[in-house]
Amino acid sequence: MAESQQLWLIPALPLLGFLINSTVGRKMSKQFVSFIAIASVVASFLWVAKTLNALGALEQPHVEHYFTWIASGTFSVGFDFSIDRLTSIMLLVVTGIGSLIHIYATGYMAHEGGYYRFFAYLNLFMFFMLILVLAANFLLLFVGWEGVGLCSYLLIGFYFLEKFAGDAGKKAFIVNRVGDFGFSLAMFLVFINFGSLDFGTVFGKAATLQPEHSAGMITAICLLLLVGAAGKSAQIPLYVWLPDAMAGPTPVSALIHAATMVTAGVYMVCRSSSLFNNAPIAMETVAIVGTATAFFAATMGLAQNDIKKVFAYSTVSQLGYMFLGAGVGAYSAGIFHVVTHAFFKALLFLGAGSVIMACHHEQDMRWYGGLRKKIPVTFGTLCCAWVAIAGIPPFSGYHSKDAILLAAYEHARPLFWIGALTAAMTAFYVSRAMFLTFFGEYRGPNPHADHGHGGHDDHAHGDDHAAHGHADHAHKDHGHGHGHQEIKESPAVMTIPLVILALLSLGGGFFNIPDWLEPVLGSSHAEHDPTAVAVLYATFILGIGLAYVMYVLSPGLPDKLASTFKGLHTLIYNKYFVDEVYDVTIIHPITEGSRYFLWKGVDAGLIDGAVNGAGSVSRWIGGGLRQLQGGNIRSYATWVVAGAVFVVVAMSVWGGVR
Amino acid sequence: MLDLVLFLPLVGFLLALLVPAEKAKYFALIFSLVLFVISLGLIGPVLANPGEYSFVTNTQWISTPNIRYHIGLDGLSLWLVILTTFLTPLAVLVSWKYIGHRMKEYYAFLILLEFGVIGVFVSLDLFLYYVFWEVGLVPMYFLIGIWGHDRRIYAAVKFFLYTMVGSVLMLVAIIYLYLKSGTFDYTVILQQMASGQLKLTPEEALPLFLAFFVAFAIKVPLFPLHTWLPDAHVEAPTAGSVMLASVMLKMGTYGLVRYCLPLFPNAARQCAPWIVGLAIIGIVYGALVALVQPNMKKLVAYSSVSHLGFVVLGVFSFNQLALDGAVYQMLNHGVSTGALFMLVGMMYERRHSLEISDYGGVATQVPHLATVFLITTLASVGLPLLNNFVGELLVLQGAAMVNISWAVFAALGVILSACYMLWLYQRVFFGRTSHETAHHFEHADLQPREWIAVLPLLALMVWMGVAPMGFLTPISVADNKTLQQTKLNVEFKVAAPTPVAPSATAAPAVQVAQTATGVTNAR
Repeated sequence: MAESQQLWLIPALPLLGFLINSTVGRKMSKQFVSFIAIASVVASFLWVAKTLNALGALEQPHVEHYFTWIASGTFSVGFDFSIDRLTSIMLLVVTGIGSLIHIYATGYMAHEGGYYRFFAYLNLFMFFMLILVLAANFLLLFVGWEGVGLCSYLLIGFYFLEKFAGDAGKKAFIVNRVGDFGFSLAMFLVFINFGSLDFGTVFGKAATLQPEHSAGMITAICLLLLVGAAGKSAQIPLYVWLPDAMAGPTPVSALIHAATMVTAGVYMVCRSSSLFNNAPIAMETVAIVGTATAFFAATMGLAQNDIKKVFAYSTVSQLGYMFLGAGVGAYSAGIFHVVTHAFFKALLFLGAGSVIMACHHEQDMRWYGGLRKKIPVTFGTLCCAWVAIAGIPPFSGYHSKDAILLAAYEHARPLFWIGALTAAMTAFYVSRAMFLTFFGEYRGPNPHADHGHGGHDDHAHGDDHAAHGHADHAHKDHGHGHGHQEIKESPAVMTIPLVILALLSLGGGFFNIPDWLEPVLGSSHAEHDPTAVAVLYATFILGIGLAYVMYVLSPGLPDKLASTFKGLHTLIYNKYFVDEVYDVTIIHPITEGSRYFLWKGVDAGLIDGAVNGAGSVSRWIGGGLRQLQGGNIRSYATWVVAGAVFVVVAMSVWGGVR
Repeated sequence: MLDLVLFLPLVGFLLALLVPAEKAKYFALIFSLVLFVISLGLIGPVLANPGEYSFVTNTQWISTPNIRYHIGLDGLSLWLVILTTFLTPLAVLVSWKYIGHRMKEYYAFLILLEFGVIGVFVSLDLFLYYVFWEVGLVPMYFLIGIWGHDRRIYAAVKFFLYTMVGSVLMLVAIIYLYLKSGTFDYTVILQQMASGQLKLTPEEALPLFLAFFVAFAIKVPLFPLHTWLPDAHVEAPTAGSVMLASVMLKMGTYGLVRYCLPLFPNAARQCAPWIVGLAIIGIVYGALVALVQPNMKKLVAYSSVSHLGFVVLGVFSFNQLALDGAVYQMLNHGVSTGALFMLVGMMYERRHSLEISDYGGVATQVPHLATVFLITTLASVGLPLLNNFVGELLVLQGAAMVNISWAVFAALGVILSACYMLWLYQRVFFGRTSHETAHHFEHADLQPREWIAVLPLLALMVWMGVAPMGFLTPISVADNKTLQQTKLNVEFKVAAPTPVAPSATAAPAVQVAQTATGVTNAR
């Protein structure tokens, strides 16, 4: 094996940052905290770069074994890291984008309370995310998997004074746990069938399997893995946590809930491609789940007014594309989209953060408008993200999305058509957000804002107002009435990351990721069918054009449409009432059933009722106890000894009888 | 040296009765610390040969009947003894301000409890074992009954009666074994069984097994014999809850591994499907009931029912992984639930309430307490790199190897644990504080004494989660021996249908195979 590259340093550096900031950060200056946080992640990025440089073409995975973590009987799992071509991409994305977002966050969070706590959590997230991508076995991957879920929980609930933030964090953790349930069962089955959890061993054996003997089992494993992936990557039916996760600070939404953590499910599916390749039914399921998620999330994104919510549904939708890619066998196209999406979606969120800060923590796009002259850098960079996500050639999103859709075109036409329709909706909702925010006249500030606490909509508690706590903190710092607030561009520490991400969004499509990944994930090269390409060109023209008509040319049109198709609008505006349905069908029965049937019925009623049936005995002994208590300690000791003596004597007698 | 560790607490108990009341806690702290340090000396020799008993003392205690003072320590009991000596000083620390009256008796009983519990873990003579089992019961009875909350008498009596019912059954079974074998010496009985000198017919073995099993199941506690536990915990003083959850419940699970499996392997296998069924019901049921508890201590108590269901599931899966996981989980539960009860006790000392609705938003006032509580919560919900994950993983993986549906249902408990713990955490620490609550928590973050009590537990959670092999290796060796014993003594009638449970016919066949692989692959 090649010489050790000290891969452990990659996650260890952010861990060190976490340890420093979480223990002494409270007492240190903000400069110190930011320095530690940024330095640890940038150092990790540099170590990644150095390592990849040393490893070169990575024809073979580079594996490093550190120590045996858990071993029992035949079960043995090591703390092992490995780098192959797939890992290399993920490492660069995670540490690269991670560094940029850390830098941005020092500007964004500058006036927030809990500064050290924020950066400690963020570094901890980097640690777990890097474990996730470096893991050389399923169990270690699961460590990172659960760990990033924890950090997501902590960061969503960062503004924990507000109930909705705590609720959203808890929801994210629990929904992810449902996914992890599937993941862990898949692990158990993998170990039972392959006798190991090491990627090398498992995938090596999987490649040589006889399909007719193992199809059922492999399908079960893959479907369970999909459950796990659906939890982490917010796919139907487990996507519900991600929109609520926007309650966290915006850099968190960018890093965790757009660029890195939520793509872990896609990564895991691609990592397990040699299993999925043996399970056609599971592949179909992945493709269908991905397509359905892409489509429905996009429809929900059409009618959101909160800028972060639009991008949240967009993220869910784009993740659906990645699953579609994996499901039709174009794994490398899926990973390609992970990368380009990381660029443009991180940019969209960070840009949105810049807008939100400029507008003093207003997130409702109805109170934006005409901002392009006031915050030109933000506007310019967001335009780069816009053209990228809308799929305009030759920008990054075009390359990866088309790679996926063209593969789908070859594989299953219906999926392609739904995907194309989704692409049109994508272009529409992003354009809508851009037009509402930057074009027209400034419509703000929100007269009902009440320092960010009121609701625009009756039902909107903790929903459209994902930043109550945020506004609250901010207003302490600014102290002012509304209406006189100046809208100004964000500081350089925030705009420079925006510019870098903008360049990546524009040019990221030229990184030839599918070819680099071909030895690991197989080819995903699809014919450029002229019809399909023409359709894809039509989608973004249609989407952007429609948005232009509705939000620039005749701004009254959306309201008219909304009232004409009132039922449909209500349905998508309320996200198909999925949360409400879950509440009524799952959460309510569990809590009420546990309370009234299990606890008060079975536990207190049935079991304890039977026990207390011996109540007379209890009372009798209780009476005896009260007398005992009146005595002194010697009598207790006497009782102890007397009891023991009594038994011994009884035994002697018994023994004698024998 | 084991004799020293065992009998020092008895000496300590007597001495504690002699020191002045106001000095009692200092005495108890120093005494239990010294004992802990001494007990660390037990580790080395046991690690050298964890499959056999070290520090054996075997002498006549009573000649007629033939009762021996026979003690020893192996990989199975080692960590449980250390856990006991480790937790006692911490239990003293959390009692420091909490206990305001009859301090001398209180600390004396705490030390006497240590005596009983260590005795249970080291006895190798069934009668001696029984005596210690009862000795452990008495101080706990008083700890709850004298220093408990309002309904302490009810809870103490319930605790006592429940356990006594089981103990009496076990005593009868022990005596029956004595009448058959002529000895109480556990190792001799096992030898007799291995050599065929002592044979139990299935008609004998089943009731004997059940008598032992019920005694242990009550102590664990296994659903549906658990209802004494929430009452006992709610009423007990903090240290009482800590010791009860961390070490006394382990007397039950330890008994299952030490006695039930090797003595009655056939009966154990025969009943395993039923017991596993109860364990899984307990896992899910305990979690669901925990979810809706309005009282913090009750919530943690029901979570114990759920967590210990994993232990029982592991024990009755009859394979190396599951059994290792089960024994490891005993320790994990001792650490993390012990810590939870300590923290809840600290909350109580500030707010004087255990009702969750009396809290809310206290994270801003007591950030350190909130952080420690969070880490403990995460350990409890089985987050990787913390202790519980390792045990639960091994139990679930081992159970899955016998029957995947066991793992499916048991893993539901893992989802639910996140639900009830995070909801608890949110309601207690997040949100905005009411004036009433804020008043109680102002300038009330962790005291140095409280830090000293919880820090060792936090360190253990991380240590046992990141580097479990130091603990797990001796456990594995001892478990392997136990599994071999269950195989040596077993007379398999794999083909014969078992009348008890239809599913039992299929399951034992798999279990035999599993056990065999476990044995061959042992280190």
